[in-house]
Amino acid sequence: MGKQNVIEVENLTKSFGDFTAVDSISFEVKQGEIFGFLGANGAGKTTAMKMLIGISKPTSGNASVAGFDVYHHTEDIKKNIGYMSQKFALYDDLTVKENITFFGGIYGLSRPIIKEKTIELIEELNLGDVANQLVGSLPLGWKQKISFSVALLHNPKVIFLDEPTGGVDPITRRQFWEMIYKTANEGTTVFVTTHYMDESEYCDRVSIMVDGKIEALDTPKNLKSQFNVSNMNDVFLKLARG
Amino acid sequence: MGIQVQHISKSFKNVQALSDISFDVKNGELFGLIGPDGAGKTTLFRILTTLLIANEGSATVAAFDVINNYKDIRKNVGYMPSKFSLYQDLTVEENLSFFATIFGTTVEENYELIKDIYIQIEPFKGRRAKDLSGGMKQKLALCCALIHKPKVLFLDEPTTGVDPVSRKEFWEMLKRLQQKGITMLVSTPYMDEAALCDRIALIQDGKILQIDTPQEIVKHYPKTIFNVQADNMYQLIIYLKEFEYQYSVYPFGEFVHYSDHRNGFEINELKAYLETKGLKNVIIQKTAATIEDTFMELAK
Amino acid sequence: MKRFLGFIKKEFYHIFRDKRSLFILFGMPVVQILLFGFAITNEINNVDIAILDHSKDVATKEIINKISASKYFSVQLVVNEAAIEKAFQKGKIKAVINFEKNFNEKLVRENKAIVQVITDATEPNTANTIVGYTNAILQNYLHEINKDKIAPYLISTESHMIYNQELKSVFMFVPGVMTIILMLVSAIMTSISITREKELGTMEILLVSPLKPFQVIVGKVVPYILLSMINATVIILLSIFIFGVPVRGSLFLLGFESMLFILSALALGILISTISDSQQTAMMISMMGLMLPTILLSGFIFPITSMPLPLQVISNIIPAKWFVIILKGIMLKGVGIGFLWKETIILCGMTLFFVGLSIKKYKIRLE
Repeated sequence: MGKQNVIEVENLTKSFGDFTAVDSISFEVKQGEIFGFLGANGAGKTTAMKMLIGISKPTSGNASVAGFDVYHHTEDIKKNIGYMSQKFALYDDLTVKENITFFGGIYGLSRPIIKEKTIELIEELNLGDVANQLVGSLPLGWKQKISFSVALLHNPKVIFLDEPTGGVDPITRRQFWEMIYKTANEGTTVFVTTHYMDESEYCDRVSIMVDGKIEALDTPKNLKSQFNVSNMNDVFLKLARG
Repeated sequence: MGIQVQHISKSFKNVQALSDISFDVKNGELFGLIGPDGAGKTTLFRILTTLLIANEGSATVAAFDVINNYKDIRKNVGYMPSKFSLYQDLTVEENLSFFATIFGTTVEENYELIKDIYIQIEPFKGRRAKDLSGGMKQKLALCCALIHKPKVLFLDEPTTGVDPVSRKEFWEMLKRLQQKGITMLVSTPYMDEAALCDRIALIQDGKILQIDTPQEIVKHYPKTIFNVQADNMYQLIIYLKEFEYQYSVYPFGEFVHYSDHRNGFEINELKAYLETKGLKNVIIQKTAATIEDTFMELAK
Repeated sequence: MKRFLGFIKKEFYHIFRDKRSLFILFGMPVVQILLFGFAITNEINNVDIAILDHSKDVATKEIINKISASKYFSVQLVVNEAAIEKAFQKGKIKAVINFEKNFNEKLVRENKAIVQVITDATEPNTANTIVGYTNAILQNYLHEINKDKIAPYLISTESHMIYNQELKSVFMFVPGVMTIILMLVSAIMTSISITREKELGTMEILLVSPLKPFQVIVGKVVPYILLSMINATVIILLSIFIFGVPVRGSLFLLGFESMLFILSALALGILISTISDSQQTAMMISMMGLMLPTILLSGFIFPITSMPLPLQVISNIIPAKWFVIILKGIMLKGVGIGFLWKETIILCGMTLFFVGLSIKKYKIRLE
């Protein structure tokens, strides 16, 4: 009766030589859920995420994303997910429209659909005046919102967000999260990594990775009462300091 | 003494990075410059450390003018730029030695000042800076900035990108340093760190929104804030925004911070409204305004 | 297919919107073709030669006229025996054409006379060409006067290569290659050193310190002096023992001049460093702006005198040109500072100029 799992991970492991970056992690993410994947730098989050988006092969264990296996069907996975990272999202020397057209083409959308989506996106984000401006000239907050929308052009089942809100002002950050809420409400699953602990509170459930293992996995509310603290930052501190 | 900034403005090509910035930092104060990326924090730091010249206005650091007496400032301040520039291929020891030497002193001379910080990275003193974790780099960069016993310390986003445990430890170290009489100007995008400063300046888009102590600054928020919770966060936000008397609606973790236009406003009225819209488990409670609420209000 | 085309379209956007890639695509080839086209030449033009005329008779005057009139040669002086050695050492002339006594008489009576061509073979190709062209002029003269003769006259040429009797091209190459290697290694190394600090962000902390600009600049040059001198020594040893290139002059002078040249190259590198924002730019300028002109215009492969005037003028500002002269002078001609003082002073001046300009251009602020 419940929603189906869009991501299923079982004992997923990734080792580099004798260093184990991801140590037998297991979890599931339901459709329409906002799942927060937290952990300090070097804890293994990025490595784990790379396996889920199909660009890194696991050493052992199983995982499936949008129903496709991460070992054998990475191409299908890539077709059915969206990806946005803080480090790279859009081409600074292309205009907003050119970026949309390019990524739409990469996702295999037909020209009429790309046209339609372009108009939709520009209207929704109020970019009428800057549609033909180079993305590099836009403020960081706008770039983030545009790249989020671009990652959703092909209506993927899951969208992976890698540290999406670094550095922007609090208002823009919240506007971005409102976009995430809307997307989740429409049925897209959102898998987000962040090191802003206060943002983890927006998630339905969070997992915290420490040294390659998942040390906590629950709703923010439950974690806070479990560790007897009032915010997620303190949950993390308690976990990290042991 | 300390730092004095008067009507500083700075623009690059056609971007106005700073507009009419004025504030001062008293001797021995721990002053926080709070704002997001692009607010102008780094530009301001570079002007005060004499790396850039402002288009308008004047400033003094430790009573030296930033333009005319830049050489004196460069001898007497400690500067930790964002992404803490260290020599990646030198070891911890070598980095510290180098900075001591170019300031004409030795590591031993001012060791007392950095002792508490250095013992945490001393076990790794033979390790190259590029192989250190974020938290350790941070500590090393702080030591290098302090090794010549500067009068004023400039720390530009020292905690960005560093794990929460190291962040907390770093601020504890700053508090201890303050007791040794060093004036400190720290910039950070983290609002929770603002609470640890003596006084803070909120900055956005090159303009200062407000300057005060952390405790006083939240009093600048003009309304009462309520934590509102319901079973569907997305719908809650939408309905609250549609509510005709809403003044501000912002998600804050598991709650939404809501404030109303009217002065005397009845919680039950709002609750009833939300329940008619179909939301369940509606909880509304008064709460204190945070620095972040104040920031967003002033930035509007 | 559509994805593929979409991707290609994007790549075009990137290329056309990046000024630097446009320059590489279109600007550089044009510059290079012009440079190569004009500089690379095996012909000789206006080579400075001298004439030694022991006969001063009808025949020699006629031949000398032809030589002066030709565009290949520029007759500098009409010397006497004693001055030949010095003239070669000073580099004023590249060849001496020597007519024996009683030239015309010998032609008339014995049907045979000898012309001796003494050439500076430190540029073996040029030396050969000079002999060849001289021969051509002589044959031309003979052709004219032999028209109505039953028994034709004969002029034979004796060629005498000095400094490099076996015409070993390695004698030409080694000084040149040494120059290029030292120039490139020194300049590239220092050109990225300041820009690296800028890129890594450590420049900021160096600036906010009591360090003075000249301390930074000189401090960055000093380590490389030592290393480059080791380089130079290795090259010289290899040349001597493997290729048999002689060092006929003073080793001490050779060492001193090498160090001077290294300094000028290091200073040039530092100058590039102060004006470049990124290591990539610095390396590009070093390679394109230094390597190409150094190879083409230093005169070690292609004689400078054969190039069009603008290029000859430009070659004067290339430190390598002066060092090649110095190297050849010391190694192959065996001359001392007395003959090379001019080139030495020029190198000193260039070095000081580069260092001074670097200190001036060194930004004490970030803007």
